[in-house]
Amino acid sequence: MSLTTAHSVVAPSASSKRIAGAIIIAYALISIVPLLWIFATSFKTPPDSIAYPPKIVFQPSIEGYCNLFTTRTRQTPEYINSLGPATGFCDETVRKRNMVIAGPSNFLPRFINSLVIAFGSTFCAVFLGTLSAYGFSRFKVPLADDLLFFILSTRFMPPIAVAIPIYLMYRELGLSDTALGMILLYTAVNVSLAVWLLKGFIDEIPREYEEAAMIDGYTRLQAFWRTVLPQATTGIAATAIFCLIFAWNEYAFAALLTSGTAQTAPPFIPTIIGEGGQDWPAVAAGTTIFLVPILVFTILLRKQLLRGITFGAVRK
Amino acid sequence: MLNRTAENVARATPEPLARKVRGISDKGLAWLFISPTILLLLAINIFPLFWAIYLSFTNFRANRPNEVVKNLGFANYQRILGDQDIWIAMQTTAHFVFWTILLQTLIGFTLAWLIDRKFRGHAFWTTLILVPMMLSPAVVGNFWRFLYEPQIGLFSYVISFVSGIPPTSIQMLSNVSLAPWSIIIVDTWMWTPYVMLICLAGLRSIPEYIYEAAEVDRASNWRQFWSITLPMALPFIMLAVLFRGIENFKMFDMVNLLTGGGPGSTTEVASITLKRQAFESWRTGYSSAFAIILFVAVFGLANIYVKALNKVKQR
Repeated sequence: MSLTTAHSVVAPSASSKRIAGAIIIAYALISIVPLLWIFATSFKTPPDSIAYPPKIVFQPSIEGYCNLFTTRTRQTPEYINSLGPATGFCDETVRKRNMVIAGPSNFLPRFINSLVIAFGSTFCAVFLGTLSAYGFSRFKVPLADDLLFFILSTRFMPPIAVAIPIYLMYRELGLSDTALGMILLYTAVNVSLAVWLLKGFIDEIPREYEEAAMIDGYTRLQAFWRTVLPQATTGIAATAIFCLIFAWNEYAFAALLTSGTAQTAPPFIPTIIGEGGQDWPAVAAGTTIFLVPILVFTILLRKQLLRGITFGAVRK
Repeated sequence: MLNRTAENVARATPEPLARKVRGISDKGLAWLFISPTILLLLAINIFPLFWAIYLSFTNFRANRPNEVVKNLGFANYQRILGDQDIWIAMQTTAHFVFWTILLQTLIGFTLAWLIDRKFRGHAFWTTLILVPMMLSPAVVGNFWRFLYEPQIGLFSYVISFVSGIPPTSIQMLSNVSLAPWSIIIVDTWMWTPYVMLICLAGLRSIPEYIYEAAEVDRASNWRQFWSITLPMALPFIMLAVLFRGIENFKMFDMVNLLTGGGPGSTTEVASITLKRQAFESWRTGYSSAFAIILFVAVFGLANIYVKALNKVKQR
């Protein structure tokens, strides 16, 4: 495209390009600073993290990660000296602060909950969404527009408004604080996104493929399975990643409907405290671990991003 | 791609002795495919909604399930509409929505307009700018509390370094007049890329020949911007504004972690009030009525949104 417009009268001039580039790069660098700061803080010691002025150069330490995965108790120096030699780096670091490791923290189980709930609900939402999207795309469904609007409108409910009756319903059904309850809820929230996105993707697959297969004697179901699904793989993968990101990032429902066994990482991370307030290096470490998968997905998704965030309304 | 399709179709071609049985009719299949989704939404979204409507007419309290539930009629609704705190929360929400949308639209559109110049490496920097909006508002919002700490927080330090104000007096989260801006700043930081991305799609949808024609007619750059660029990108900007409007009207997670509605109730947006009423004061009936009012408001916005969406699609 740039080749055909090289001699265009409207191509931006070289100097305007340079200025635009400089402003964009400056904005990108500034907007990324908070994220770099999270990463840097995760490798600081607690005293370094609250130093004034804020330390840009510091001795890296994995104490934050040690604190993230363990719980510790304060002990007298005599008691610590009476113990045998430290068993690892974390043990040694903790002992320097007159503490001993008491056991594992809740971070790992909460992180696993996040994984189970995010993947479980994504699978269900994409499964249901693919079927419905195909139904809406290929068949004359009565009131199709109303049904599609109904599906989308469920997404516009404020989460707290939904959480009140869900809280009561789950209490009656015994689904409070269970992974199953959260998977059902996130599936319901995500299925609207999945239907709208996948309908767009399936609409783009020509009907002729299925029709050819059906003329050759395949049933509609077989044609769907053998010709439509393989064609829709990219769309299904992109939709799955969007559902996964939503479920992974979700906080409101998780904070109100889970408290222990099924709690996910987002409501847990803010509760990480050390002695005398929030243990910022440990919080930063948890945040870093929590954000890395999303960074990877964002890079994978960058071409489909626009479509995902607008429910398929804008396609490039 | 075509080759693969051809192969698939070839593979799908059955043996000479194909079954004649067609299986389920198309109509049956359509319902078989669509009904599970509808059923799930009925169970998890619509049934609870009707339950909330029922509760909104009662004095039910979720922490006292054995108490006799009284029917109050519209009393809860009347009390909400006369409740000073609710109106303050709605004003706080309106202030938050107005400023976040204004800032995000201005900055987002400007960024998109600059990126559209296609300088070298623009794809890489665009992806980098997009990162904040993909992250969890709760987890990142929580970390901003650290950046906002007076003195030791990076944000306060940089502001005091640049402005010369003593670092201890920059209390972003505990100062009554600064706290509303602290949530606006974080929201703008996170969601400007969202508006930018949609505006960029709008700018790229404008055909080159329109500018060429304008150039031939000797229209100034200024004139081209106001008569071509802005009107043609407008449906996209509107779409972004509506999306952000709905999302920020419901805003809960980031604000809850950053300020929790405080100091006092200066940043108490509607969702925070709802949570305090429902899950701290346990006024379930009363908060259900407020939830219904909020839902009707958002539903109204959603209706406008779908109309705008169709307009964009028809172009």
